[in-house]
Amino acid sequence: MTVPPRRARPRRATIVQGLVIALCVAILAGCHSGAPRAWRLTDVRGHLPDLRFRLLDGAGRTVTAQQFRGENVLLYFGYTHCPDACPLTMTHLHQVMVDLGPLATRVRIRFISVDPARDTPPVVQQYAAAFDPRAVGLTGDMTEIESLAKRYRVAFKRGPDLPGGGYEVTHSSAIYVFDTRGRARLIASPADTDADIAHDLRTLIGTEGSG
Amino acid sequence: MKRGIGKRPVVVLLGAVLLGGTMLGAAAGAAGAAAGPARAGAILVSHAWIRVLPGDLPAAGYARLENRGDESMALVGARSGTYRRIMLHESLLSGGMSEMKRVSHLTIPAHARAALSPGGYHLMLMDAVRPVKPGDRVPLTLVFAGGSTEKVTFLAMPANASAGP
Repeated sequence: MTVPPRRARPRRATIVQGLVIALCVAILAGCHSGAPRAWRLTDVRGHLPDLRFRLLDGAGRTVTAQQFRGENVLLYFGYTHCPDACPLTMTHLHQVMVDLGPLATRVRIRFISVDPARDTPPVVQQYAAAFDPRAVGLTGDMTEIESLAKRYRVAFKRGPDLPGGGYEVTHSSAIYVFDTRGRARLIASPADTDADIAHDLRTLIGTEGSG
Repeated sequence: MKRGIGKRPVVVLLGAVLLGGTMLGAAAGAAGAAAGPARAGAILVSHAWIRVLPGDLPAAGYARLENRGDESMALVGARSGTYRRIMLHESLLSGGMSEMKRVSHLTIPAHARAALSPGGYHLMLMDAVRPVKPGDRVPLTLVFAGGSTEKVTFLAMPANASAGP
């Protein structure tokens, strides 16, 4: 799944034209309840299955996606022995939560380990919570994680052994946005700005219930 | 610590040897002379910080490097009494995949800057001998091709710090 390149900043005249067009579109769209909304991220609605998993939380308890219906979810796959790229994305997502202000209580960051061999439930939960106090870290059985990853076309691969022990895991960098009913709605890339991700989450929260 | 220096571009190596040789000579021959402490050529290190992760998970070290000299320099690694293993790594983002790989060096061209920064080159700091907490000041010695070194104090920051000091 590719994410379109970032748009160039339009000039003032273009912005005015754009606003006029946007206004016309908005008026026209008002007549069509099913008109597409202006997402800044990649709209994947209807293209990916609903969120479904059976994993372990920080206390080692089995949890399913159904238990978390009612919250919008920011789902990101990573591993705790990742000191640079994963923290950058998790910090990015934490910043989105800060940007959302009080609306952040309707969104939850879920970090799913692609390295269950090393990521025990407490480790993955501590890792996720180090970035955002409400973030949840999940790990579990490798077969379950593989099947979850496959469902969302997330690839991951264990790298060669490092000298002195350990290894890296190459993994998809996408951030998946699910709505309160567990439907896959949007995909963000680490290159998307905090503002764009927060914008779309506000839109998503604002349209809750309208389906 | 085992360091995999690997193959370096000849120009970098020559430059580093010339500069490093001069500095080592100065340091060995006249310790405490007007030339000041042994420095990695003309590399100025600033904004050095560590992203601390919970427990004994590896951390990442970042810094800005400015080469004020006339010769290109190559950072090849670091050593520290705080971490038993340190590797120079680079994070890459391509085709929607996030990858971290070990690299042999980071070149800082003459009169130019380079950075160890989130999402790019970084020092992977492993096996801490004691827990490192945000706010701690951790001494690290940066090692350059040719053997010259630079002692730098890194500031430990929380996992979700979005920028360094």
